[in-house]
Amino acid sequence: MKEVSSAIQLIPLDNYIMLSVALFSIGLMGVLFRRNIIVVLMCLELMFNSANLLITAFSAYHSDTSGQVFVFFIMIVAAAEVAVGLSIVIMMKRNVESVDINLLNRLRW
Amino acid sequence: MVFLFYILSAVMIISALLIVFNRNPVNNVIFLIICFIAMAGHYILLNAQFLAVVHIIVYTGAIMVLFLFVIMLLNLNKAIIPHKSRATRIAAVITGGIFFLVLIAATRQTIEIHPRYPFTSDIGLVKEVGQTLFHEFLLPFEMSSALFISAMVGAIMFGKKDH
Amino acid sequence: MVDQVPNIDIAWFVPALPLLGFLITGMTYKRLKHNQSGIIASTMVVLSFLVSTALYFILQSSGKDSATLTLFNWIAIGKMNIPFALLIDHLSLTMMLIITGVGSLIHIYSIGYMHDDDRVNSFFAQMNLFTFSMLLLVMGANYLVLFIGWEGVGLCSYLLIGFWFKNPAFNYAARKAFVMNRIGDLGFILGIILLFFTFKSVTFSEVFSQAASLQSGAPVITLITLFLLVGAVGKSAQIPLFTWLPDAMAGPTPVSALIHAATMVTAGIYMIARSSILYNLAPITLNVIIVIGLATALIAAIIGLKQNDIKKVLAYSTVSQLGYMFIALGLGAYSTAVFHVTTHAFFKALLFLGAGSVIHAMGGEQDIRKMGGLRDKMPLTYFTFLAATLAISGIPPFSGFFSKDLILSKAFEQNIVVYILALSGALITCYYMFRLLYLVFYGEQRLAGAHPHESPRVMTIPLLILSVLSVFGGFLNIPSIFGGDSKFMTFLQSAVFSKVSEEMTFSTEIGLILIPLILLSLVIWMAYQTFVKKALIPSVDEKPISYFGKLVYNKFYIDEIYSTIFEKPFGFLSDFFFNKVENKVLDPVVDGIGFGTSRLGTMVRRLQPGNMSFYLFAMVAGILLFIVFILII
Repeated sequence: MKEVSSAIQLIPLDNYIMLSVALFSIGLMGVLFRRNIIVVLMCLELMFNSANLLITAFSAYHSDTSGQVFVFFIMIVAAAEVAVGLSIVIMMKRNVESVDINLLNRLRW
Repeated sequence: MVFLFYILSAVMIISALLIVFNRNPVNNVIFLIICFIAMAGHYILLNAQFLAVVHIIVYTGAIMVLFLFVIMLLNLNKAIIPHKSRATRIAAVITGGIFFLVLIAATRQTIEIHPRYPFTSDIGLVKEVGQTLFHEFLLPFEMSSALFISAMVGAIMFGKKDH
Repeated sequence: MVDQVPNIDIAWFVPALPLLGFLITGMTYKRLKHNQSGIIASTMVVLSFLVSTALYFILQSSGKDSATLTLFNWIAIGKMNIPFALLIDHLSLTMMLIITGVGSLIHIYSIGYMHDDDRVNSFFAQMNLFTFSMLLLVMGANYLVLFIGWEGVGLCSYLLIGFWFKNPAFNYAARKAFVMNRIGDLGFILGIILLFFTFKSVTFSEVFSQAASLQSGAPVITLITLFLLVGAVGKSAQIPLFTWLPDAMAGPTPVSALIHAATMVTAGIYMIARSSILYNLAPITLNVIIVIGLATALIAAIIGLKQNDIKKVLAYSTVSQLGYMFIALGLGAYSTAVFHVTTHAFFKALLFLGAGSVIHAMGGEQDIRKMGGLRDKMPLTYFTFLAATLAISGIPPFSGFFSKDLILSKAFEQNIVVYILALSGALITCYYMFRLLYLVFYGEQRLAGAHPHESPRVMTIPLLILSVLSVFGGFLNIPSIFGGDSKFMTFLQSAVFSKVSEEMTFSTEIGLILIPLILLSLVIWMAYQTFVKKALIPSVDEKPISYFGKLVYNKFYIDEIYSTIFEKPFGFLSDFFFNKVENKVLDPVVDGIGFGTSRLGTMVRRLQPGNMSFYLFAMVAGILLFIVFILII
């Protein structure tokens, strides 16, 4: 156990922060320029996960369990959201015959 | 240890980049799964054992499979969707890059944080997580079941065909 | 509020009745049949006349000199309190009687004259409106009510001059009248404002009681009186604002009779007579008035010598006679001026109505060179016209003699030069009036194919009544030399404060009567010789050859001078402003605002393309900005 704790403390928190931020911005890039709605949802998942990682890292360094429980809840919500989102995608496919998000433009001025 | 960290990070970042820049949706799913597995590795590094396992089960096991099912259902092939114009792509990359920089700059200015509780490495264990979950977070836990019901109902409603 | 004179309330009927006539005829003018509007209008004015007469008796029996009837509290702002009040005193009664009396005769005459016009109903509505405004003018108890009437008569003058609006020349004449009146009104308003600042009130009684404490010749009084004079000059067609009156003959003849002979043009004289106390304190202004009056009297008379349109001759003679009234005012003899107003109303209205009768008989012809020989065909018109001509020339015992002689004697007292010039004007007046009479009524009938006949009775009865007044009206004021007691002058003494005249020796007075009489008879004989015996009728296309002749024929080119000095620069200025400023600057700015807004809207519209990726971009950009903002602050 001593090794584990010291192992944890070996890696400075900054690294986790940078990693998480990098992952987040990559996910953001994907959301912004992919046109396939399913891939957009996947990049969204990536952004969720980067947040999860950050919270877990913080909870490990502060020895606070609430962080990990919170991550758990985030996963729950992410799962539910994916379920509903994908059913919307199916509906979209039925109506517009494509999964290109640029075709959903009826709410114009 | 540190070495492990860097390898895992590299894998994660490379696979994330590949998600964004690859055109085939199925490939994207594969890369995301790789990313998630690397993330599970990170969780284990942080001694968040419960989370790591749950992560693999829920995310890679359920969510990604769901994605694959839908892709299969919709018969998405490679060449259907034209990509956006070059300008938009560059703009998106630049935006993402700026975001990255801004957030890093934000965190640069943080003050020194001292841990709140005395340091233990036990917190990732299932026993501890369970204790916290069922003591402090009981209500949200129960509420999440309601959340799932509504998600299920919603998903089914959306999926129905109109007659 | 009643000023302790019983029954004075009925005073408000006097202006209200013509107003009612205007409203009735004005609202039903499309549905009235022939003659109905005329009857309604004339009835209203006749009723007004009866009420005025009743008021006269009421005032006499109450033993008071004046009464004020406040109708309602009009303007009450802070310390400024101006009620809408009517003043019934001897001066306003005189004017009221003239307006309603002569006015009702003219209304009755118009029933016949305007018989075949298709807009006869609007005509009578406008005539009633005019009567209402004029009554308000003379009955007002403060300068502002007077001003309401002042503006009202200006408006009605415009409406009535341009009555036959299909002819653009007539519209131009109407506009000219209105604009010149307006110029005078500007002076009038400035006068009222100055008055208000000085005396803190515009009510006659308050102003005049305060003025008594001021020093004679004080600059503020001179300024006030000069400004008020400007208003009077515009309204009463004196130099330099007189060119509108001859052009105003474009209106129907009854209009010329009512407005431009008997009533509206005398408004200026009424106003100055009313403000006699103020004018007595400003000797400089009085001298200015004499100069203006003399100049007007002479110049208008000279121009009238060469006019060939029957109405234009009468117009210039009106201007000339107004000049005489101004001379009287300038000499401080305000009551004399009002007396001349009265007699002038009688004979000038008669002259105009007679001219209308002639024009009606000649089928619309107005050029006297084409008339002639009407004496036998229209005896009634001829006799009344003769009576009026004798009156205007000042031959005793006609009314004009009494009033003009009074003016001349007052002039003789003060300034011999003024007397001589005024006398010459009187001689010229006599000459051109008799020229008119001879050319129209004597000699051979020159217009071929015309069948002149006497006018119908509805037109000749007013002529008769007016001729009686012209002949005997002078007896209202018989001076002491003839054994009378100057009733009219003493009547006005309570309201108008003329300068007391010195006693003249008996021989001077007799001389003053006889010398003009002899000279006038000479002039009449000269005119007779020229126009009847030698039958020197100006030919239809005669153009004068001599330099002075051309000057007179073209009315001293005054219209042209005004056109060059005032009209052209203003025209140029307004063209400039229209083309350069309005089209190039103002319009683009205003249109530009509209365009700019719509373009802005188009730009903002692009923010909502409905495009999902754009929305995502926008979201991210927003969050970015937000984070940066937090970081910086």
